[in-house]
Amino acid sequence: MTIATLEAIPTSYTPRWLTPVLLLGIAYLIIPLVGTSYLFEAILLPFLALSLAGVGLNILTGYAGQVSLGSAAFLAVGAFAAYNFNLRIDGLPILGSIFLSGVVAAAIGIVFGLPSLRLRGFYLAVSTLAAQFFVQWALTKFSWFSNNSASGVIDAPPLSIAGVEFNSAVGRYLFSLTIVAVLTFLAYRLVLSQTGRNFIAVRDNETAARIIGVPVLKTKLIAFGVSSFVIGIAGVLWAFAYLRTVEPAGFNLDRSFQILFIIIIGGLASIRGAFFGAALLVVTPLILSRVGSFLLGDFFDSGVLDMSQRIVLGGLIILFLILEPDGLVSFWDRIRKRTTTRLLRQ
Amino acid sequence: MLDFDWQFFLEVLIGGLLSGVMYSLVALGFVLVYKTSGVLNFAQGAMLLFAALTFVSLVEKGIPFALALAITFGVMVAIGIAIERVVLRPLTNRPPMTLFMATLGLSYILEGAAQLIWGTQVHGLDLGIDDIPFEVGGVLISQFDLFAASVAAVLVLLLSIFFRYTRIGLAFRAVADDQFAALAVGLRLPWIWATVWAVAGLVALVAGLLWGARLGVQFSLSLVVLKALPVLVLGGFDSIPGAIVGGLLIGATEKLAEVYIGEYFGGGIESWFAYVVALAFLLIRPSGIFGQKLVERV
Repeated sequence: MTIATLEAIPTSYTPRWLTPVLLLGIAYLIIPLVGTSYLFEAILLPFLALSLAGVGLNILTGYAGQVSLGSAAFLAVGAFAAYNFNLRIDGLPILGSIFLSGVVAAAIGIVFGLPSLRLRGFYLAVSTLAAQFFVQWALTKFSWFSNNSASGVIDAPPLSIAGVEFNSAVGRYLFSLTIVAVLTFLAYRLVLSQTGRNFIAVRDNETAARIIGVPVLKTKLIAFGVSSFVIGIAGVLWAFAYLRTVEPAGFNLDRSFQILFIIIIGGLASIRGAFFGAALLVVTPLILSRVGSFLLGDFFDSGVLDMSQRIVLGGLIILFLILEPDGLVSFWDRIRKRTTTRLLRQ
Repeated sequence: MLDFDWQFFLEVLIGGLLSGVMYSLVALGFVLVYKTSGVLNFAQGAMLLFAALTFVSLVEKGIPFALALAITFGVMVAIGIAIERVVLRPLTNRPPMTLFMATLGLSYILEGAAQLIWGTQVHGLDLGIDDIPFEVGGVLISQFDLFAASVAAVLVLLLSIFFRYTRIGLAFRAVADDQFAALAVGLRLPWIWATVWAVAGLVALVAGLLWGARLGVQFSLSLVVLKALPVLVLGGFDSIPGAIVGGLLIGATEKLAEVYIGEYFGGGIESWFAYVVALAFLLIRPSGIFGQKLVERV
């Protein structure tokens, strides 16, 4: 068999929609039955929120090529906006406040995206830090945002849609899963659309994009807006479904880097990549703490754990950049291709 | 504004300028690496923390000041060489953004390692200079700030001489100008990069000691990078004079803003004010005050 035919075989037998539908089937029907509350609280809920944030950042950084170091700011904007909409507008359903909080995050994202019209590369990356510090400062400083609670802590409202409660671990999981699934599908459609092509054109060569008639400035602002919208809603899930109690200090620079790491490790410019990256980043610390306390016993306290986590995370980033620059996604695809061809050959 | 207190204004201004020098000191390390390898080295702050923490721990173990300084410098050189070997070399010819992200990972490793080895508690660092303000013409000036400023001045002077009059400095400038041409005339890029990172390590050590004496040696020391970044944006990533002037500008405006308009915002604006100043400036001049390349401009 020649190499050319080998490469043509693999994925063409399964239709495009099959894998996502299968995964969703498992996620909706099987996991709620077999999952323990530890699985939901410690793994799946943070995984879903971070994946969605990764999808959002990937639209901006992976597809449109604008590196942002301020994602956590938009998570915070989403969380606090939803809290306030829910608190201050009577009778607004929870989905309404979630949607509006996305809109607020998008608006603020566009404002902080304005420097991208003048700046590129490192200068832009540094300027997105302004969003990070400004938002965190504003949320801590003005207690109106947190309804005058001490140090800006907010508690999540109960989640219910049309009288159905989603407050148990499983309920919050299903709630998050649905929102993540819908937004991921929309993001997937977006990157295949004309707008998505424009993103890629702007990323790959701005001058060329302008020449073929892509409205560069508008495209950049759309990327900032859409990305912040998605990240804002991820922030709502992080605050309402996962942690239930958040404060502005939780949305610090480390969180921004975490989301950036998710898309680097998962794969830039890949919707699936965000999920791969988030899975790795959620599970690694858990495994590390288990292995560490098993091997080192008492020496392995939370301080040591924290530091070794930093080292492992940093090492992973460098390792991926060197060995697998296209992320876990391309690693996964290679393995799948290899196994399919091997299976077909036998 | 009739009875505007000029003396107080001057005091704030000078205090700001002197603290700006401290920012410049950190920014200098960035500029060195950026000039020669085009990498925005986010790990500079982590290197600063690592150097200061190593030095303090050695001194606390009873090792004399000078020896501890020498050992720490040796460690920073070793780290510089290791970074070139393990991180930069495999990433040659990758986009600058990839290298930047690698330095993000690097900063995580260095921060984690520094605290894993030396512990997370706060160390006091006494350089033997009292932080007692003295009076010049009715204006109070901190002795320590003045000392820091002169150290920075000496460092900049040394670096300028080094860049201008030595063979290595010439090689650095050649690489900064054109990597391919430098390679073509036979300069060994890996060796040059390792040297640059070692020099950046030295700058980190000096900055780490000064900042450490001011804030105490602890994790938050690595966050001074965030103070240096607006300085870099303002001065241009590739300009040593830019780092100095940018630092002075940011330091001065930040202090003045904190004192005069801070109250209208409820205080604490220094976390983001420098960024706003830098951004406002960039809207007018996208390559900073002294930045030379306009390639990254829209």
